[in-house]
Amino acid sequence: MHRLHRSLVAALAIIVTAGSAWAIDVKAAVLRVDYPTLLPISRYDLPPEDLGFAGAALADEDNGTTGGFLGHTYETRTVAVPPEEADAAMAQILADGIRLVVVQARMEDLLRLTDQAAEAGALVFNARAPDVALRDDACRANLLHTAPSHGMKADAVAQFAVWKKWTEWFLIAGSNPADVALAEAYRKAARKFGAEIVEDRTFEDTGGSRRTDSGHVMVQRQLPAFTQDTDDHHVVIAADETDYFARYLSYHLWTPRPVMGSGGLVPTSFHGAHEAYGATQYQTRFEALTGRYAKPEDYNVWLALRVVGEAVTRANTAEPDGVRDYAISDAFELAAFKGQKVTFRDWNGQLRQPILLYDGVITVSVSPQDGFLHQSSPLDTMGLDRPESSCTAFD
Amino acid sequence: MKSFLLSTALAALIATPAAAGKAFISNERGNTITVVNTDTWEVETEFFAGNRPRGITTSPDGSIIYVCASDDNLVRVFDANTYEELPSLPSGPDPELFILEPSGKRLYIANEDDNLVTVVDTETRTVLAEVPVGVEPEGMGMSPDAKFVVNTSETTNMAHFISTEDYKIKHNILVDQRPRYAHYTADGTRLFVTSEIGGTVSVMDIAEDGSPTVVGKISFEVAGVQPEWLQPVGARVTADGSRLFVALGPANRVAVIDAQSLEVLDYILVGQRVWQLDFTPDEKYLLTTNGNSNDITVIDVEKEQAIKSIQVGQQPWGVVTID
Repeated sequence: MHRLHRSLVAALAIIVTAGSAWAIDVKAAVLRVDYPTLLPISRYDLPPEDLGFAGAALADEDNGTTGGFLGHTYETRTVAVPPEEADAAMAQILADGIRLVVVQARMEDLLRLTDQAAEAGALVFNARAPDVALRDDACRANLLHTAPSHGMKADAVAQFAVWKKWTEWFLIAGSNPADVALAEAYRKAARKFGAEIVEDRTFEDTGGSRRTDSGHVMVQRQLPAFTQDTDDHHVVIAADETDYFARYLSYHLWTPRPVMGSGGLVPTSFHGAHEAYGATQYQTRFEALTGRYAKPEDYNVWLALRVVGEAVTRANTAEPDGVRDYAISDAFELAAFKGQKVTFRDWNGQLRQPILLYDGVITVSVSPQDGFLHQSSPLDTMGLDRPESSCTAFD
Repeated sequence: MKSFLLSTALAALIATPAAAGKAFISNERGNTITVVNTDTWEVETEFFAGNRPRGITTSPDGSIIYVCASDDNLVRVFDANTYEELPSLPSGPDPELFILEPSGKRLYIANEDDNLVTVVDTETRTVLAEVPVGVEPEGMGMSPDAKFVVNTSETTNMAHFISTEDYKIKHNILVDQRPRYAHYTADGTRLFVTSEIGGTVSVMDIAEDGSPTVVGKISFEVAGVQPEWLQPVGARVTADGSRLFVALGPANRVAVIDAQSLEVLDYILVGQRVWQLDFTPDEKYLLTTNGNSNDITVIDVEKEQAIKSIQVGQQPWGVVTID
């Protein structure tokens, strides 16, 4: 049905706009690196096979419909590989002449792939890695981020907690490096917005508390004991990027308190129940096309390709430099179902965007919260602000 | 606030009966239409209008009310006097907004989920045509000579000019992010397109043959309101073409604009999340639907002041008035 409409539109467009616009055939790729991981705590978090790729399919449809009126076409290749094949996959994408690549990978791989792409003059969009360093001293001139950083997400949670006057935090961090990095973002957010971490503990990953036949039995005994004898606190903040304990916290604490962060109220760029700001339309289009609910990774990829679409539509360019320059210019704006336009930070290539606070069922709140002001954009109260970022690649 | 209350009280005291008429308000979440007497400003009744009623309009003689029942995938039809439901019209999936041509014969419907404008014959109740447009079609405007229908697509960000003769798109004009509404002046020489997320109103001059030229863009600024919340949605222009009123969504204000010079003259504080607008037929009053405060605001058009607010159903979306 959609395809039929699109070809009709394309046919019409040729009649109507012939000669008025340059035809551009936009070729992009999504490269996803699949890491060997343990099962998530919840079956609901099992990654679908087309994770991120589904967002690309929707973006191609959306961009293609618009492109039909202007004589532009969009084609996005999707590639999923294990880590050891990532470099070869990127090489193939570049060898085939594609210069716009959305990457779903961890920081180390992303940086290497980005540098590889830079040698071919290609532009990379980060649709997954949340590491603050990528927006700081490890930034790259050919790397834009549609995925929000740990800093943005931690600041979104902190603002909500402070707005609630829940300013005394019990921080529980995981013991893996990714958990430690996330915990640091929460410590920084606490300092930034005036919360106090009255208790700071690490819950060691001993490999025993995942979803298994007896997992919840173990957890029911371990967590209350682990969380007793704390100073008084309003809220528990969980930093569990590895996903091995935070989802269990809410009902297994010694002192009953709300949980935020990696469990309880979770900061995210998007989720399948988000309805406000016209998002229902995004969800129905996505579900009709893919047969499942949208995940944040899908949205991040969709955003990246919509950025490309805007550059093609408004600036008439699909060249990597042209897309990048337009994206970080004042002229760029994109409607993204979050109530206000999203734009890029011209100091580190991060897309500034509202962060949804999600309890697993509904959007509970959206940060930035009322009253957190900023001289240029309230969105810049979340994540690395211009004076805080040591990124120089965009100077 | 005080002066607002005072003016409301004064207006209530000195209110003199104008032409008796009715306003019909579609309540998106309440699934109802609220009927307000525009003489007494009393709520007359509220009746079931289908699931997720949004766009609402009336037949040229004011005897029939049409409403987009978005979740029913049809246009529901009601008698404007008895509120009795009449046979529905086909609409295509997820109808959001529509526009009826001046003769009352053809209804042009934006199908938000399917990138289509559906053309329906209101007499035979059949679909005459489906016109493929951009992603998330929403706003629908019609040139006064009925030769063009303008549809805005929210994610494609274009105004599509559809000929009512052959249902072909003749012009596509890029506007700012998330265009919501298109509205011609009564003489057909100008078209205004509001962009919710872009925060602007694109102004086009319309040539004799109907072709558009972008001549300006209106932006908004209110002290103490974050620019992000100045989101233009519904719009109405006075019959003499002198004043343009634009609903600014979450800014809870209606902007008053000199429709010639395009200068923003004033902002009128109304209810929360102001969405669509309609004049009373005598153009004495402008009614605004306020989705988050579940009320409508009555604006005195000459004084350019809010004089009254009236509680209606859940999440009022659209409004249409009759004599």
